Amino acid sequence: MADLTSTFVGIKSPNPFWLASAPPTDKEYNVRRAYQAGWGGVVWKTLGEDGPPVVNVNGPRYGAIYGPDRRLLGLNNIELITDRPLDVNLREIKAVKRDWPDRALVVSLMVPCEEEPWKRILPLVEETGADGVELNFGCPHGMAERGMGSAVGQVPEYIEMVTRWVKQNTRMPVIVKLTPNITDIRRPAEAAKRGGADAVSLINTINSITSVDLDNFAPEPTIDGWGAHGGYCGPAVKPIALNMVAEIARHPETADLPISGIGGVSTWRDAAEFMALGAGNVQVCTAAMTYGFKIVQEMISGLSQYMDEKGISSVDEIVGRAVPKVKDWNDLNLNYVTKAVIDQDSCIKCGRCYIACEDTSHQAIAMSDDRVFTVKDEECVACNLCVNVCPVEGCITMRQLEIGETDPRTGEVVREYANWTTHPNNPAVKAAE
Amino acid sequence: MPSDPLTPGLAAGRLPADQIAANFADLHPPLDDHQALVESDRCYFCHDAPCMQACPTTIDIPLFIRQISTGTPEAAARTIFAQNILGGMCARVCPTETLCEEVCVREVAEGKPVEIGRLQRFATDRLMARNSHPFERAAPTGKHVAVVGAGPAGLACAHRLAMKGHEVTIYDARPKAGGLNEFGIAAYKAPDDFAQKELDWVLGIGGIKVVLGKRLGGDLSLEDLQRDHDAVFLGIGLAGVNALAIDGADRPGVQDAVDWIAELRQSADKTDIPVGRRVVVIGGGMTAIDAAVQTRLLGADEVTMVYRRDKAAMAASEFEQNLATSKGVRIIYNAAPREITDTGVVFVRTRSEGGKLVETGETFEIAADQVLRAIGQTLAGQPEALALEGRKIAVDEHGRTSLAGVWAGGDCASGGDDLTVTAVAEGRDAAEDIHAALGA
Repeated sequence: MADLTSTFVGIKSPNPFWLASAPPTDKEYNVRRAYQAGWGGVVWKTLGEDGPPVVNVNGPRYGAIYGPDRRLLGLNNIELITDRPLDVNLREIKAVKRDWPDRALVVSLMVPCEEEPWKRILPLVEETGADGVELNFGCPHGMAERGMGSAVGQVPEYIEMVTRWVKQNTRMPVIVKLTPNITDIRRPAEAAKRGGADAVSLINTINSITSVDLDNFAPEPTIDGWGAHGGYCGPAVKPIALNMVAEIARHPETADLPISGIGGVSTWRDAAEFMALGAGNVQVCTAAMTYGFKIVQEMISGLSQYMDEKGISSVDEIVGRAVPKVKDWNDLNLNYVTKAVIDQDSCIKCGRCYIACEDTSHQAIAMSDDRVFTVKDEECVACNLCVNVCPVEGCITMRQLEIGETDPRTGEVVREYANWTTHPNNPAVKAAE
Repeated sequence: MPSDPLTPGLAAGRLPADQIAANFADLHPPLDDHQALVESDRCYFCHDAPCMQACPTTIDIPLFIRQISTGTPEAAARTIFAQNILGGMCARVCPTETLCEEVCVREVAEGKPVEIGRLQRFATDRLMARNSHPFERAAPTGKHVAVVGAGPAGLACAHRLAMKGHEVTIYDARPKAGGLNEFGIAAYKAPDDFAQKELDWVLGIGGIKVVLGKRLGGDLSLEDLQRDHDAVFLGIGLAGVNALAIDGADRPGVQDAVDWIAELRQSADKTDIPVGRRVVVIGGGMTAIDAAVQTRLLGADEVTMVYRRDKAAMAASEFEQNLATSKGVRIIYNAAPREITDTGVVFVRTRSEGGKLVETGETFEIAADQVLRAIGQTLAGQPEALALEGRKIAVDEHGRTSLAGVWAGGDCASGGDDLTVTAVAEGRDAAEDIHAALGA
C-alpha cells in the first residue's frame, strides 16, 4: 500500500489530511475524536489575545447552499475566533499533543497588528509542544472589522511586517493563511515570503451572503432581523481555491513557497487535485462539518488506491505535478480541434444537449423526430457545453481531429501547435511584421 | 355469527371494518413535502420531454416538476390544471407506467422513472386544499351548451366551456355526478370521496348546472337538447356490457363486474357488500383487475381471474397484473369460459395459432360462489341519428360527430384509449372546438 506520510515545513503527519482551523478544532474533545478517526493533523481553531474572550452571536452562525436532495454545496459562517479562555486552549493543546505525538498540531493565531501581542503569545504556544503556528490573515467577518484577519491579509505590507515579527520571535514553522478577498493572490503570497514565512495556506473563506429571507427581506443567516456577510466555504469554492493555489505555485517569485491547500476539499480526489496543483498537504473543514470525522477514512483509502494504481509511492510525487501544465490562455494550442460525439447506446434522449446548444450556443446538435441527437461537425466549435449538461457520464465525449484532417466547420486542415501569439488575427503580430 | 373469509356462499363483512378500511386506503400514499422535493430534484427538465408527449392531455410535466422543486406547488398545479382540470383524479388513476413514466428518460437510464403521478398529486392536492378555484370565467357569451354525461369527458368539456364564458347544463342518468370517477374507479385509487370533492371543486368555476337522473333516450332526446341549446356534447361513456353467451350466465351469484364495483363505490364502509368465498372474475382488462383485487380486499378467500388470451395480450398493464397477484389474486391465462354450473365455472384451454385463438378441448372447473363478468363495455343508448365508427360514435379530430352541432368524447367516441385522461383531453378539445364554432 502507498505511503501516505507527509512532511510539511518539517512537520510530520501520517497522512496529508489536516483539519483546518475552524469549529471542528475548537477544543480537546473534538481534536481527540479527529485523531481517533484518523486525521493526520489539526490546525487548532484560532487563539486570540489573553483576556476576556471574544463573544459569538447567539443566533445562527451558518448559512448553506444546497444542491439536489439537500446536498450541502456551500457553507457560510459568521463565527469568530475561539471564544474560550486562552489558558484553557493552551492547556488542552499541550495535553492532546502529549498523547498524540505522531499527529501534526498547528496553532492558528490572530492578535492585534502590533508586535507586542505577538511577542506575548508565541512563547505560550511554543510551550505546549505544538508543531507550528498559522497566522490567520484570512477571516473576512467580525474580526476584520477590528483590524485583524482579512484586514491584515488584504494589505501585503502588513502581512510582511507581522510575518517578520513572528519569525523573529519563535523557532516554530510559520504558515501564513491568506484571504481570497483580494484581486491578485500572488501579492499577499509574495509578501508572506518576504516576511520569512515557511509556507502559505489558502484559501480562507470568501465574503458572502448565502440567501435572502423573502418574507422579512433580510440576508441569511438572520440575527434578529439583520444579517452580516460571512465567509463562504465548502465544495462550491473549490474551483476558486484551486486557481489561487496554482497561481502561487507557478509564479516564479513564490514557486518554492510550500502551500497548504484549503477550499472545499471533500474527497481524496479533491485532495489529490490540490496537491497536483502544488499543495504540499490539504486542510478540510466543511466536509467534516457535514459528515463528521469518518470521511478521512475514504480520503485515506482513496488516495492509497489511486497512488497504488498509478505506481506512486509517496505523496510528494503528486505535489506540483500539474503545475507545469497550468498556462496562460495565450499559450493554448489554437490548432487543437475537437468535435463532440454522442454515444447513441448510452444516450437517454433527454434532449438537454440539444436545447443548450440550440438556445445558447452554436446550433450544432440535430434532433430527429424520433429523438436521435447527433452532432453537426460543420457547426460544432467544441465548446463542451453538451458534455457539461448531459446527465449521463461518458455519453458525450470530444474527439480530437488528427493533424492533417480537415475541420468541417472552418474547412481548414488541422496543423501543428500554434497559439495566439503567432495568429494572423493578432494585431500584435501584424505590428511586429 | 359474523362471517369470515371461509363463510360459504355470498357474505358481507368477511373482514373486520377496520381491516377493510385499511385495505382500501390510498394505493399510492401522498408524498410529503420532503419526499416531493427529493423526487422533483430527480427530473432532468428534458427538452420537448417524452413524458409530456406521452400524456394525452399534454401537461407540461418538466415545468410543473420544476415549480415543485422551487417551492411553488400551487403554480405547479396551475400548470397541470391548465391542461387537465381533472389532474387530481388523473394523478391517482392514470396508468402512468404505460404513459408518462414509461417514457421518462430516467426509466431508460435507471429503470426508475421520476414519480410523475405522485408529484402531480402533491401539487394538485396542495392547490385544491385552498378551496378556491384557480381559473376565472371569461365575460358571458350568452350561449348555452348541453353536456350529456357527468364523467371525465363531460366535466372537462363543461369546465372549459364555462371558462370561455358559456352557460353549461350537464345531464346525467345516475343519481350522482362523476361517471366512472364516482362509480367505476377502484376504491383504493380515490379514497375519501375524492371524486365528489373534485366535482365540487371543478364546478367552482361557476356557470355549470348539473341535472341528475336524466337519461338520453329516456327523459332526454337529442332533438330537444339541440333545440334548447346552442351546442351539444355527448360524454355518455359505455353504458352497456358485452354479453357472456354461455350456459348458466344468468345463475344467481353471476353479476357484471361494473355493477358490483358501482355498488362497492357507493357503500360508506364496504362492510355491507356481499362477496363470495370463492370468486371467479372473467376478463383481462382494468375492470377485471379492479373487481378481482377488491373482492380480495373484502375478504374473499380464493379469487381467480381468468383471461382467454395470453399475458402479453392482456389489456391490464404489467403493473396492474402485479398488483393483483400481490394481493393474492391468481391469474389464469389462455382459458375461455364454457359454462357456469351451480358449483363453479368450466373453462376450456386456449392457444394462439397463427394469430387466431383456438380452443384445445381440455377443460377444467374452478369452484365459485360468485362470478363477475368483466369482458368489456359497449356503447348503449346513443341517439340513432349518429354515425358509428366500429362500435363507437364516429368523431373527427375535433370531436365533431356526423350531426352538425353535436360533439362527443370520452369512452363513447371513436379514437383514443378508454382512459380517464384521454376522456379529459377529448372533452377539453371538443370544448375548444365548440367555442370556436359558436364564434363567441
